[in-house]
Amino acid sequence: MWTYEKRLQYPVKITQCNPKLAQVIMSQFGGPDGELAASQRYLSQRYTMSNPKVAGLLTDIGTEEMAHMEMVCAIVHQLTRDLTPQQIVEGGFEKYYVDHTLGLWPQSAGGIPFTATFFQSKGDPITDLIEDMAAEQKARTTYDNILRLVHDQEVCEPIKFLREREIIHFQRFGEALRMIQDDLDCKNFYAFNPSMDKECKK
Amino acid sequence: MDGMNRDKLFACIMATSFVMDDLRLFLDTHPKDQEALDYWRKVERVRNEAVKEYTKCYGPISMYDVDVDDRWTWAEGPWPWEGRC
Repeated sequence: MWTYEKRLQYPVKITQCNPKLAQVIMSQFGGPDGELAASQRYLSQRYTMSNPKVAGLLTDIGTEEMAHMEMVCAIVHQLTRDLTPQQIVEGGFEKYYVDHTLGLWPQSAGGIPFTATFFQSKGDPITDLIEDMAAEQKARTTYDNILRLVHDQEVCEPIKFLREREIIHFQRFGEALRMIQDDLDCKNFYAFNPSMDKECKK
Repeated sequence: MDGMNRDKLFACIMATSFVMDDLRLFLDTHPKDQEALDYWRKVERVRNEAVKEYTKCYGPISMYDVDVDDRWTWAEGPWPWEGRC
């Protein structure tokens, strides 16, 4: 189960609204490489992760991704709260506003709604971990893309923190993949699915 | 009990919690790393003390630490995403 702690993982305190930037950063909430997809990817995959240590890692990283989702939502919320109708129109926020007012709803920057097809849970530890490593790099690139558009230090700092976490997660998933492979026959890692074929352990 | 002390205590909780978030992932893949285990024990102690002191003076961060007196205080704001606490 989970319990809530009344704090963010890293502080978000934004004083200047910016609806244009909010629309871009929103993609890391409900977009294809966003934090909602990341958390659900890892937390779905863990049930068939054959190595208990790696199942623990998926639980812990999946949990951290939920905290990141909360940070991204806090950024979007603080960039859009108190917007006037004039600022909404000038900031190009009217198409989002008409359906959601200033509420948070998971979609990509281009308006594509969040969908479970953004991630895979394949039930094969090697396949899933390689997807996870790619996912961390895609999220890191997205944060790099966002950082090129951000000039407000108050927004920049939490985005930089989130970007760094993608690199750490990538590193840990790489180690997890090696742990899975260490239990397999190095002549052919792909001969078996370690979560299906019990005879595969060397 | 002044504002400075509150900010300092909260910053200490944020920093030590983050060290433990990062160490947790490292220890998941390096469960016998003695340096990381020592660091965990050290930071855990500092965090526990800061959380205890903060909860006593300024209210709970965790729902399990809510002090039930004449009313339920857990759902009183501000909430973390508002950027005001």
